[in-house]
Amino acid sequence: MKKTVFLGALTVAGLAAGAAAAGTLDDVKARGKLNCGVSTGLVGFAAPDANGEWNGFDVSVCRAVAAAVLGDPAAVEFVPTTGKTRFTALASGEVDMLARNTTWTFSRDVDLKFTFVGVNYYDGQGFMVPKELGVSSAKELDGSTVCIQTGTTTELNLADFFRSNNISYEPVPIETNAEAQQQYLAGACDVYTTDASGLAATRATFENPADHVVLPEIISKEPLGPLVRHGDDEWGDVVRWTLNALITAEELGITSANVKEMASAAGNNPEINRLLGTEGNLGEMLGLSADWAVAALSSGGNYGEIFEKNIGENTPIGLSRGLNAQWTEGGLIYSPPFR
Amino acid sequence: MTTLTDPPKQAFRLSQLIYDTRYRSMTIQVIAMIGFLILIGWLISNTAQNLADLGKEPSFRFLGEPAGYDINQRLIDYNNQDTHLRAAFVGLLNTLLVAFLGCITATVLGVIIGVLRLSKNWLVARLMTVYVEMFRNVPVLLWIVFVMAILIESLPAPRAFRGDNPEATMKVFDSVAVTNRGVYVPELLFGVDARDEKGEYLDAPTGWRVGLGDLPIGASADNPACASYYATEGAMAGEPGPGCGTFQISLDLMAVLFVLIAGFYSAHRIKLRADRIQEATGERPTTWYLRLGVVVVPLLIVLYALGAYLAYPELRGFNFRGGTHMRNSLIALWLALSLYTAAFIAEIVRAGIMAISHGQTEAAAALGLRSNRIMSLVILPQALRVIIPPLISNYLNLTKNSSLAIAVGYMDITGTLMGITLNQTGRELETVLLGMLIYLTISLSISAVMNWYNNRVKLVER
Repeated sequence: MKKTVFLGALTVAGLAAGAAAAGTLDDVKARGKLNCGVSTGLVGFAAPDANGEWNGFDVSVCRAVAAAVLGDPAAVEFVPTTGKTRFTALASGEVDMLARNTTWTFSRDVDLKFTFVGVNYYDGQGFMVPKELGVSSAKELDGSTVCIQTGTTTELNLADFFRSNNISYEPVPIETNAEAQQQYLAGACDVYTTDASGLAATRATFENPADHVVLPEIISKEPLGPLVRHGDDEWGDVVRWTLNALITAEELGITSANVKEMASAAGNNPEINRLLGTEGNLGEMLGLSADWAVAALSSGGNYGEIFEKNIGENTPIGLSRGLNAQWTEGGLIYSPPFR
Repeated sequence: MTTLTDPPKQAFRLSQLIYDTRYRSMTIQVIAMIGFLILIGWLISNTAQNLADLGKEPSFRFLGEPAGYDINQRLIDYNNQDTHLRAAFVGLLNTLLVAFLGCITATVLGVIIGVLRLSKNWLVARLMTVYVEMFRNVPVLLWIVFVMAILIESLPAPRAFRGDNPEATMKVFDSVAVTNRGVYVPELLFGVDARDEKGEYLDAPTGWRVGLGDLPIGASADNPACASYYATEGAMAGEPGPGCGTFQISLDLMAVLFVLIAGFYSAHRIKLRADRIQEATGERPTTWYLRLGVVVVPLLIVLYALGAYLAYPELRGFNFRGGTHMRNSLIALWLALSLYTAAFIAEIVRAGIMAISHGQTEAAAALGLRSNRIMSLVILPQALRVIIPPLISNYLNLTKNSSLAIAVGYMDITGTLMGITLNQTGRELETVLLGMLIYLTISLSISAVMNWYNNRVKLVER
């Protein structure tokens, strides 16, 4: 009997691992649907709206990939994953790609056997405190109680930050963003820490956002990006170059409004022509149709449009481009050339 | 005279395995067993193959690497540079703590409620019925979350204690602080009540009331935590390093426990002597002051000699400092698990009592026993035989249900080893297997202890 319990676990693990096979691109085409792992609900990045439609910055990446591969941005099955379940979901093949504000780190890339295809948001960990505490710097947080989402890199950054500044804190581990918000608002913790973009998104949902401040310290580098399983380079290329297409399109001035027109005939700019399939055979090399980038761009527009629509300054979340501006405008968003 | 001849013995034929009813069932079992083993073997090799393809061969080396994360509630010393193994151990102790507290509270509550449910008082009996039905029929996870939500939303935050005219004040002569981060109660410390300029308690050894300090186990030059100590000349004298070592045992606490146990033992001996005198002479000597004295007096002497004092919680900075901090997560989990399991135990107790013939009550009443003594001396001891076996499975349930701790952020073994460690190292198979093994061990140990107890109280049949 005891043995069966032990072996039962192996069964589950074995079946899960067995599902992960090579040839994701063919699998997705055969299935007619892209399985995309997203967060369980972070407004602006990935959250279902009142009609149950998923929307957000990360969701748009999934939709662009689905459009590029299948020609239909709606052919996506969104799989909500928590910080704890996301890697298992990807490694086991339950999802084809993960677009879930996930930090690109050495150990996740090398040890956990994933491939990060690029960075779609340069983030960093910050702290939010109620204004009434009168705290102006994270170094004044000695002895404070800190709410933190468990199973994330923020947990390790937090430990490192307090250790290196030789100050103490009490961590309160919390499973989801919603619970963290409840505890923080009730005063069960003094500080809430997560990626600065997440803090802005959370603060936007508060009744009185002005009563809370995000401290100036950014204590870590958090390059967030989509990732796929290690070892399936064809699929990795598809996701990587779809993301690059969105970025390059912004740089070249291709938007959802003018992409159809620009793709109708070859223009003067050879890179635009190559990207939109009116010249060369980049789509064929990827194993996709010639108008793959046109479909991807029609789904939600270029990188800049996606940013402005979901998390930009005119949305409740109100993030400025900052580091996430194009390299031509002093930011870090940079795509290799389409050549 | 007749001769009996044995019927000719037939040689064993292979077809008998199928057609002979003596062997058939065995054949089927052997075939089923082989099939089962093949299935298992296939699963194991499949798992191993797939993990190898992913480049993740099973390995437990990650347990020796630094964990890198902090744990708020720790019963032993731990910081984020300690290993994953130690973090798992901290989690294990937290699991055992909540299981232990929960089992005791659930048993006490369950017995009281079970007895009261049989009360002749209509209101009391109905109230207990409502309690049992309410707790039994709602999933325990909801109770845990509900209790936590009540604690967080209804109690004052530490900042409500601040200011000249605070919204909230400390309870029990200003010694207990009840906040929505937990309850801070005074803590018993040994040594000298001295503090530094920041208000932190110090161990300042002056005079003779200094306490005995801690005994480090496993302190050696190999232990990284001791490295700085062993670099000094204190190590030359061969003394154990202070403040390092795998575990620290408080000698003061050990001394107090020893005196306490010795006191109870003496009190027990005094009672036995009184019993003997009563049986011999029919007169029972008055011993309560002696029995109280042998427990209390030596304890007070030891506490004074070791310089025991109470450290009171105080609001400093963001939080209360000093004293013992019972976190909300622990209280919520403990309360919810106890209340939930108590409802089941109450039903078991009620069933046990009802299993005892009513004649026992009447016979005891005829001897002139009062009703509470009938319950404690006649009914409950017999009912225990019926109660204990199902009680074991409720203890196991409580222990296993404690793995829901992460819902309120209590760092038990599921939260540390199978939560953060799993996440940071990506070793799903290894951590989950290890976790299952640990729960199995805990459950089997509880079973073993309770079965031993059951064997002691059960009816001895001759």
